Amino acid sequence: MKRNRNLIILCVFLLAGLIMPLATGASDPGFYIEVLLGGLMAGVLYSLVALGFVLIFKASGVFNFAQGAMVLFAALSVARMAEVMPLWLATLLAIGIMIAFAFIVERLVLRPLVNQDPVVLLMATLGVTYFLNGFGQAVWGSDIYEINLGIAKEPVMILQNLFQGGILINKDDVAAAVAAVVLVALLALFFQKTKTGRALRAVADDHLAAQSIGIPLNRIWVIVWSVAGVVALVAGVIWGAKLGVQFSVSQVALKALPVVILGGFTSIPGAILGGLIIGVGEKMAEVFLAPIAVKAFDLAGGGIENWFAYVLALLFLLVLPEGLFGEKHIDRV
Amino acid sequence: MLYRENGQFKTTYRQDQQMLPILQDRIFMALLLLFVFGVAPFIFSDYLFLSILIPFLVLSLAAIGLNLLVGYCGQISLGHAAFMSVGAYAAYNLVLRVPQLNFLVVLILAGLIAALVGLLFGIPSLRIRGLYLAVATLAAQFFVDWTFARVKWFTNYAPSGSVSTATIDIFGWTVDTPVRKYLFLLAVVTVFALVAKNLVRGHMGRAWMAMRDMDVAAEVIGIRPVYAKLTAFGVSSFYVGVAGALWGFVYLGSWEPLAFDINLSLNLLFMIIIGGMGSILGSFFGAFFIVALPILLNQAPEWLGIHLSTAMVSNLEAMIFGSLIIFFLIVEPQGLARLWAIGKEKLRLWPFPH
Repeated sequence: MKRNRNLIILCVFLLAGLIMPLATGASDPGFYIEVLLGGLMAGVLYSLVALGFVLIFKASGVFNFAQGAMVLFAALSVARMAEVMPLWLATLLAIGIMIAFAFIVERLVLRPLVNQDPVVLLMATLGVTYFLNGFGQAVWGSDIYEINLGIAKEPVMILQNLFQGGILINKDDVAAAVAAVVLVALLALFFQKTKTGRALRAVADDHLAAQSIGIPLNRIWVIVWSVAGVVALVAGVIWGAKLGVQFSVSQVALKALPVVILGGFTSIPGAILGGLIIGVGEKMAEVFLAPIAVKAFDLAGGGIENWFAYVLALLFLLVLPEGLFGEKHIDRV
Repeated sequence: MLYRENGQFKTTYRQDQQMLPILQDRIFMALLLLFVFGVAPFIFSDYLFLSILIPFLVLSLAAIGLNLLVGYCGQISLGHAAFMSVGAYAAYNLVLRVPQLNFLVVLILAGLIAALVGLLFGIPSLRIRGLYLAVATLAAQFFVDWTFARVKWFTNYAPSGSVSTATIDIFGWTVDTPVRKYLFLLAVVTVFALVAKNLVRGHMGRAWMAMRDMDVAAEVIGIRPVYAKLTAFGVSSFYVGVAGALWGFVYLGSWEPLAFDINLSLNLLFMIIIGGMGSILGSFFGAFFIVALPILLNQAPEWLGIHLSTAMVSNLEAMIFGSLIIFFLIVEPQGLARLWAIGKEKLRLWPFPH
């Protein structure tokens, strides 16, 4: 009961923060909705990266720090191969590369470290992160590369008669959102309707039980890392098409950590909702809260979005330790 | 043959509990200290001091600090560079605003301030652990980075956000030349390493290790988790804060907030993984490894007559670090320190292994 009350208080605060700029008239509705949409778009990308985390965590209990590096590597592969061949072929080849990567990781990292402490596995994926970042840039180069999806980049004005000045949205943002929705739908189908998907869910539920009824754990891990690789590829291509493929893409993984805390480590809907909440919250904080903070404390610029996601996640952790949709478990010391 | 403990009988508890129980170890340590304090300053070049030994000493201190928390108490932290920066900026502001303080006092105060901040961010560890704690410490990293980059008071309203330090003066002895910097750091690190070694042998260290090995059992045998975890966070942040102040004042001289970003945190973690978790000696090995490897990678291709671009060298470095982390986690989770111990075991039996 007490926990629920805390949660309600937190939610009320968040909602108040969300409505405040509009209610106090600090911004006009059109601009407000633009910020909101911008936040949602960033949130879609966070969701995609977080989705990769959740898939791997569910199936193998590994907290995959390397997801960001996988996003960068996949995006670099697509971008550089698309220079010499059509985009669709480059994407297919990149998917092949990510599957090969899954095999290698399973064989060289996961299998020797099976049944180790989660923190040890986390550190191992840190090693994978460094290796993959170095390897990707050694092979594909470390400049900024473009991915051209063939979608016009100029913004489109909509709802001009509803708001003064209308709302600007980018076509590629809409395409990104559509791609994300399609991907999630495909994943849901894969998990719910195929035999492999059912095996994956069984492993996520209980490793030992799954193994004892004859589900090959090693193969499941390869599959799940491959799926996470494909998700990383989609995220990387969308991000790369928007901002260019460069090293900073891999840093998006750091933003996905609070997302999985918020949504729960084991929940796919949680990852998506968490990503959207973090994306919107962070944009709102940066646009509306940062100027106030800068004025009040005489700061040298805003940049609240660097840590806002983490503080939000910590707040959630205090009232809801298992996240929005995570599995509830009790262990105490 | 030489390294053998036959005939060294312990007749009192005091003898049995000493830090280096074997005579040869004590002789080796005495010779090592004699060498690093008495001989090394005269024979090593300035380049060696500036590019290897000075960063090595500071990072060893930081690695010891992190090792106390991660290796001994089992609490993961991905944000220790943040506590280093707290120490560095605390020292900067103390020197700036209270110039009459001796630098040694500043160093201790900077450590204490870092310890306070560490305690603050350690509080979540009472309720969460493992992966969740990793995220909480990352929050510390980003928040502290942001604070020093944006709140102008900490950088004394410097327009670029970077700060530079004055030369250190201890009772009229200025720490300006590379040799003097080296000697100063060596003295500080020796004292702190000795204290750490004894902390982990004592009551506090045993409480930490019990928490690490199994927290429920530790509580059952009467160790207070709150006390154990918070002291680990406090002492660890104190060490790291002192290291941060030294990093800023002795090694960097002037720095920007980015000097203490997440990469430094991860590097510290790599040091203790490679060097050996739960080992003071390992912290030194790890720090040396992390400092020396990039330099070696820069030089080695030149010796072989291959020219690599700097980008390629840094990529190679990342690949080698990454592979080594995985290698050590799989093959030797206790790192280089364990290899050292195995070497000593072998030496005791040599040349008759039966």
